[in-house]
Amino acid sequence: MKINFTRVLLLLIAIFVLSIFLFSLNKVNIYDTKNLIGQNINNFEIKSFKNEKIISEKNLKENKYTLINFWASWCAPCRAEHKYLIKLKNNTQNLKILGVNFKDKNKDAKKFIAEFGDPYHISGKDPDGRSSINFGIYGIPESILVDQNLIIVRKFIGPLNFEDYNEILNLTK
Amino acid sequence: MLSNIGIIFLILTLALSISLIYYSFINLNKDKKIVDKNIYYLSLYQTTFCILSFFVLLLGFIFSDFSLINVFENSHTNKPFFYKITGTWGSHEGSLLLWINILVIFSYLFLIYNKNKDISFRFYTIIFQNFLIIGFLIFLLINSNPFSIIIPEPKEGLGLNPILQDPALAIHPPLLYVGFVGSSIYFSAAMASLVSGFKGKPFATSIKPWILISWSFQTLGIIVGSIWAYYELGWGGFWFWDPVENASLMPWFVMTALMHSVIVLEKRNSIYSWVIILCLLTFTLSVTGTFLVRSGVLNSVHTFANDPSRGIYILMFLSIMIFSALIIFFKNYKKENYNFHSQSKETYILVNNWFMFFFLTSVLIGTLYPLFLEVLTDTKISVGPPFYNTLIIPLTVIFLLLMAIGPNTSWIKGSYKNLLFATVALVLSIILNFMIYNFFGKYSFLSNLIIISSIFLIIHSIYDCIKMFQKSIKYDPSRIISHFGFGLLVFFIGINHNYSIEKDFNLRVGEIKNFQNYSINFISLEKEDRKNYTAIVGNFSIFDKKNSLSENLKPEIRIYDNPETLTYEAAIRTKIYSDKYITMSNISRSDFYNIKFQEKPFMIWIWISAVLISVGGVIRIFKREVLT
Repeated sequence: MKINFTRVLLLLIAIFVLSIFLFSLNKVNIYDTKNLIGQNINNFEIKSFKNEKIISEKNLKENKYTLINFWASWCAPCRAEHKYLIKLKNNTQNLKILGVNFKDKNKDAKKFIAEFGDPYHISGKDPDGRSSINFGIYGIPESILVDQNLIIVRKFIGPLNFEDYNEILNLTK
Repeated sequence: MLSNIGIIFLILTLALSISLIYYSFINLNKDKKIVDKNIYYLSLYQTTFCILSFFVLLLGFIFSDFSLINVFENSHTNKPFFYKITGTWGSHEGSLLLWINILVIFSYLFLIYNKNKDISFRFYTIIFQNFLIIGFLIFLLINSNPFSIIIPEPKEGLGLNPILQDPALAIHPPLLYVGFVGSSIYFSAAMASLVSGFKGKPFATSIKPWILISWSFQTLGIIVGSIWAYYELGWGGFWFWDPVENASLMPWFVMTALMHSVIVLEKRNSIYSWVIILCLLTFTLSVTGTFLVRSGVLNSVHTFANDPSRGIYILMFLSIMIFSALIIFFKNYKKENYNFHSQSKETYILVNNWFMFFFLTSVLIGTLYPLFLEVLTDTKISVGPPFYNTLIIPLTVIFLLLMAIGPNTSWIKGSYKNLLFATVALVLSIILNFMIYNFFGKYSFLSNLIIISSIFLIIHSIYDCIKMFQKSIKYDPSRIISHFGFGLLVFFIGINHNYSIEKDFNLRVGEIKNFQNYSINFISLEKEDRKNYTAIVGNFSIFDKKNSLSENLKPEIRIYDNPETLTYEAAIRTKIYSDKYITMSNISRSDFYNIKFQEKPFMIWIWISAVLISVGGVIRIFKREVLT
């Protein structure tokens, strides 16, 4: 009887530990820039894609909403989301899109825009990826929706899809 | 292209695993006397295909084939060649492929190095090992495929986190994996032994080399990891009781216990069940560690974590492993009677095991308790160094003393013969300790005990070493080196802990700070634009008044533009007798900088003594028959 008791106890301990592990899986807290929502993104500078000018917060304060989209010609998912950006440009009034070309060659980027269309009201570039750190970017594509006061309303990590597109339409109504 | 080839190799490996299990079962039923040649071939092909699949991924990294998502996410054309190669196992997927490679290679080597062992034991080992291989292969193929492709092919990759581009960190995972995964083979062997009834001395000799290999590599892997933490993380410490560090330490405790117990099984044909439990526990803890690290359940410096679906899979696998191990163990468990004399080597080895289990339990509780509490009561706590230090340090004193005495006791019934020597050694240790205490500075009572007991072990090891060279008694060099290394390790950690100078003060450029024997001059501050950050480099001259020695150190503040992501790079000057360590941080709205200066004596000796510990293990691998 004694041995059986030990056996049962051991099994119960194993089950207990494993189920704790199972429950803990639902409590995963991963590093996520979502907690940037509600924060203000003042004081940034991005080089313009077209000329030597600098894009700063002043340029965005004119817009009711701005979607800052980080992209590159070498980024495959960026191609997938591109059509939604074009649609956004055509179907919204209150939204302007700032495209930041990330770690890219000028020539490749231009070719990309020529091929897929230009959804951006304002175009910036960040050839060495330094300015993008301001926005908590750790991989592209990423998009950030800010309001007139440059407070982050929503962050989209990964390519925009149809649902994101609808959400942006609703938010910027 | 590479993707298809890689996947084909993996599927071939999987198919060969299944056929190996099938053939082994068939051969088992035929009651053959020798292992069929086909089994060797199948296992050899399996190893070849598995290694080839790893090479395919390696080629993908070397030639920057960004059609593979894994390469795209973890590499970049501008990355140095060395880090392209190490990038292969830098990600979760790649390291899992490395993991499977080690499983397969160990399986093959175990098969060919145990030719004279019981045949059904060998078949069952193949079967269990291949179940493990299949489990991980399916996980790799379904959930974490390193050969997944991305269409259209990107022109450039995302690069690798710069903090991971460090030589120590590049070799850290393979070393640890040989340890972690190497323990799988004696997990399988233990299961096979239970099922086939192959036990006793021959079983011990068949698993011993694998225990030694995995233990030596595990030890090295842990050391390299803490070297990285010391140089790269810049907190001036080398062990933080971080949950992931603990995850690698827990199997190490069991491995150490096992390495000692298996000698008892080999020499005295005793404690078989205990050895089996340890074999099963080591790999179980390795997989548990993997679960904790990869599922993202624990927060730590390791950034594998981001996918709970991985967690579910590993958890399922772990459950199957634990329950089948428990069932097979209970089914075949026979009660053993052993009556060891209180003064014998086997008793001391069991005492070693008790200590290892005490350490294991402490670390296990410290690591899992916060997790349990969070799940059960939704409160978050963090268990820090004070918990571990209070539990572990006092026991280490007794452990060190026994570690010196134990090996000099003989088997079966022996009295400790060198009572005179032990007394002399103890007196000598106490004298040496008080000399250090008086000449270099005072420390706590507990530190006194730690230093005395570690010197006691060092003296014993040196004495054993001298005797070994005189050949008066047959001694075992690997044990002496490892125990000597452990004594040194504790001694240097003790000295380092007690004599570290840590000074925290604020300075402006051009000012000088004097304290104790040092004079620190903040000479200048320069701003340098680097690739993706701006560095503010401080130039400090440190003048040691006692030795009239001046040194320049240049700590940095790295600004990733965002005010919230500053990183502080320490400047470290390593010397034989001490390390100097300096970090600076800015104070907002003032020209003052906060300076942290540390002098850490004998830092490099901590690494050297830790390496000595594993050298002992390596020597024993090559010197199979140990005379005691």
